[in-house]
Amino acid sequence: MTGQAVEPEVGRARARKEDAWLITGQTTWTDNIQMAGLLHLAVLRSPMAHARVTRVDVTPALRCPGVVAAFSGADLAEGLGSLPCAWPVTEDIVLPDHPPIAVDEVRHAGDPVAVVAARDRYAAADALEAIEVDYDPLPPVLDLEAALAPDAPLVHADKGTNRCYTWPLATGESFEAVRARADVVLRRRYHQQRLIPNAMEPRAVVVTPLAASGEYTVYSATQIPHILRIMLSVVTGIPEQKLRVIAPDVGGGFGSKLQVYGEEALALAIARRLGRPVKWTESRSEGYLATHHGRGMIQDVEVAATSEGRLLGLKVGLLADMGAYLMLVTPGIPILGAFMYPAIYKMDAYEFSCTGVFTTKTPTDAYRGAGRPEATYAIERVMDELAAELGLDPVELRRRNWIRHDEFPYTTIAGLTYDSGDYEAATAKALELFGYDALRAEQRERNERGDPVRLGIGVSTYTEMCGLAPSRVLRDLRYSAGGWEAASIRMLPTGKVEVVTGTSPHGQGHETCWSQIAADVLGVPFEDVEVVHGDTRTAPQGMDTYGSRSLAVGGEAVHRAATTVVAKARKVAAHLLEASEQDLEFSGGVFSVKGSPEAHKTIQEIAFEAFTHHDLPDGVEPGINAEHVVDPENFSYPHGTHLCAVEVDTETGRTRIRRYVCVDDVGRVVNPMIVEGQVHGGLAQGIAQALYEEAVYDDEGNLVSGTMADYLVPSAADLPDFVTDRTETPATSNALGVKGVGEAGTIASTPAVVNAVVDALRPLGVHDVRMPCTPERVWRAVKEASG
Amino acid sequence: MTRIKVNVDGTAYEDDVEPRLLLAHYLRDRLGLTGTPIGCDTSTCGACTVDLDGQSVKSCAVLAVQADGGAVTTVQGLARNGAWTALQRAFHERHGLQCGYCTPGMIMAARDLLRENPHPTADEVRQALEGNLCRCTGYQNIVRAVLAAAEEEDTSARPEAHQVTEEATA
Ligand code: FES
Ligand code: FES
Repeated sequence: MTGQAVEPEVGRARARKEDAWLITGQTTWTDNIQMAGLLHLAVLRSPMAHARVTRVDVTPALRCPGVVAAFSGADLAEGLGSLPCAWPVTEDIVLPDHPPIAVDEVRHAGDPVAVVAARDRYAAADALEAIEVDYDPLPPVLDLEAALAPDAPLVHADKGTNRCYTWPLATGESFEAVRARADVVLRRRYHQQRLIPNAMEPRAVVVTPLAASGEYTVYSATQIPHILRIMLSVVTGIPEQKLRVIAPDVGGGFGSKLQVYGEEALALAIARRLGRPVKWTESRSEGYLATHHGRGMIQDVEVAATSEGRLLGLKVGLLADMGAYLMLVTPGIPILGAFMYPAIYKMDAYEFSCTGVFTTKTPTDAYRGAGRPEATYAIERVMDELAAELGLDPVELRRRNWIRHDEFPYTTIAGLTYDSGDYEAATAKALELFGYDALRAEQRERNERGDPVRLGIGVSTYTEMCGLAPSRVLRDLRYSAGGWEAASIRMLPTGKVEVVTGTSPHGQGHETCWSQIAADVLGVPFEDVEVVHGDTRTAPQGMDTYGSRSLAVGGEAVHRAATTVVAKARKVAAHLLEASEQDLEFSGGVFSVKGSPEAHKTIQEIAFEAFTHHDLPDGVEPGINAEHVVDPENFSYPHGTHLCAVEVDTETGRTRIRRYVCVDDVGRVVNPMIVEGQVHGGLAQGIAQALYEEAVYDDEGNLVSGTMADYLVPSAADLPDFVTDRTETPATSNALGVKGVGEAGTIASTPAVVNAVVDALRPLGVHDVRMPCTPERVWRAVKEASG
Repeated sequence: MTRIKVNVDGTAYEDDVEPRLLLAHYLRDRLGLTGTPIGCDTSTCGACTVDLDGQSVKSCAVLAVQADGGAVTTVQGLARNGAWTALQRAFHERHGLQCGYCTPGMIMAARDLLRENPHPTADEVRQALEGNLCRCTGYQNIVRAVLAAAEEEDTSARPEAHQVTEEATA
């Protein structure tokens, strides 16, 4: 018998294993965790953007019913170090101290000043009101340019400057040289408004101490249990091996849970102090102040081109809002974008410079795409402006500049080597699905008619760098961690399989996809595979989940571990079947001897033999397990073409998305249904930046959009049906050929939508609309252009 | 403290509660029925949606005392003997969830919609779910799931949902 021909799992639209507990309400969200003696923490936060804290008196809180303890920042300072920044992008970067709780100065609205521990959450919240705090107001620092003025008030007075760092990159010819020979030079300023990530599960942390051994278990709604464990050890001084971090079911992240938060350190410190389990769960409004924000940049872009539309050079200057403190990777976010501004285009000169600026606002850090959406927005917006300037169709302009499919691998001017891609194919497919020519015809017709509802068409041809990995590249960028990922596979005595992954999902369907990968390599049923993750005790090594790295790095590790398992099983099979290894065929989970198929063993039978150790070849250890740590040589580079048609009512300013088509190339696809879901979710977030969302501060530094009722997360009624399709050029940086998909939709959709809005209004003299393109902004842009 | 009697997912409970206690917290913290998550403090997100006496409500916007004498169905009360409802199946089959945090609320709100409008259009589904935010899915597969469930669900399945309410209030 040879193995039965079984349908390969990879490539199959498997409904997810994860769904069973999620749709029946049997989830373990961190806030669901209950236990005897559990105390609830509530955090008192600064109502001011910037102030000296002259007095904190928590004693009145201690008299409130149910309160067990209350702490000021000074009470907790001992034994608590600064929160980490793992990405000091330059040698001379300004790294301010970042206490988990403020001691003498608050630097953004929401900075913690006191904590109460009480027997239930209502009692804890009530007691906050009893705490007395005196603030001596200091001037807020809000505007990025004003913050750099020599006499500006300082966020960190001891540092003498609000400039955090300046990071430059210049390659190819000098921009000055290409500008001199250019026919057209365009200069544009784009604003990347601050966004609030809004993972639907608020952050939460539960810490249980085991006093007898000095061990602590930290449950956290985190994307990064492994990194969190190391960092919490550094912040609290509790030895790493005494800390166990568990990320149970985690309800979304989008980068906002790629973080080591003050509350996690505070919960640990208080559990240590009180010797009792504690829980902290943020309220949504609290989270708006205390969970990091995304984006927050001013981009000055200059582009030089010939009259035929050949790009000569690009110059980018950024001011990036760090907020009040540097969180885990805050300074690095704009630097990730530095490599992506040249996108899929060829050019002779590229200059980039970013200055990070401290402000008295909530810190910024990774938010879906992290640096790459900002870069893609700027280049794709300016390409449209250039096309308009030259009288070219925006797709045609892109075509004249992009890297052709026969030019891969291609090293871009920014120094990245794109391994594979086919921009022509994706674009052709997208144009066809979209009905580009017909929509252009309708647009012309409406313009001629002077229709108050204009049609606009936006294109965005993007690429991104995914699979955040190559440790050596990360070293060159001064990122303090590696980019590898670990996986191990254990064949159990019954032939079932445990896959242990270092990635830590929060909705991406790793259990399903990793099962598909392992099932194929091992030839076992999908159902026989169990995926273990998110607990540093059961999955001790990992670099966790962010930056669309899980599949390209973590999935690859699973693939390699499974391959090694088969190799070991082959040794045992050869022994049992009295054949040489080379004479064995392996298919559908069955080893059989070439030419005599009746001599066979399944890999699951071999697992049992290897477990009993009754008849193994000499030198072969019992059990069949394998572990792999993968550190790829290169990133992966998904790409695609997104097309959006909008109808803009010039009288009301309202924008309606009429049609959205995207063709993404994410390399080989493990589960098409999950890929599609990831694209949809990404599109929603990217469209939200284009049309709806913005964290707004007033002149005092209060967060005006401070609740979910004020911050416009789009609902089902606000979003259209998307048409999604794919092309597939396998990645060459991993054996699976996968590229990553989590951020693609977000990166591509924002410029597609804004390009469409501007395209609709260009005949009226509008050249830009600042994001989010709310009805009011659109209406004003139309008024100003016509007035 | 106020004494309340409430039937939740077919089980009768009697409890003393603070008048200000939200139904969401009563379910979660007092009864340990943590299948109903909380996503906001402004009754905006819909994650906490449950059925109260045949009406879908945001349990963070209802006091536990308001449920006195009533019957609550949460997502944990839907699957009977392990058999999922058509909506649960459809969410699974159409990939209508990613992280799943919004899912209990989505399912409960969609259930309410289908009770009132058994054959909605895609637009009607989108309008009906306006009060339920999802950050992961972009909604498209949720809409597909609800439409698929509407198509699949035979009329006999829905009266059963009412029965739960009736026997609970009795
Ligand atoms: S938690 Fe009830 S609506 Fe958000
Ligand atoms: S599935 Fe994550 S919020 Fe809806």
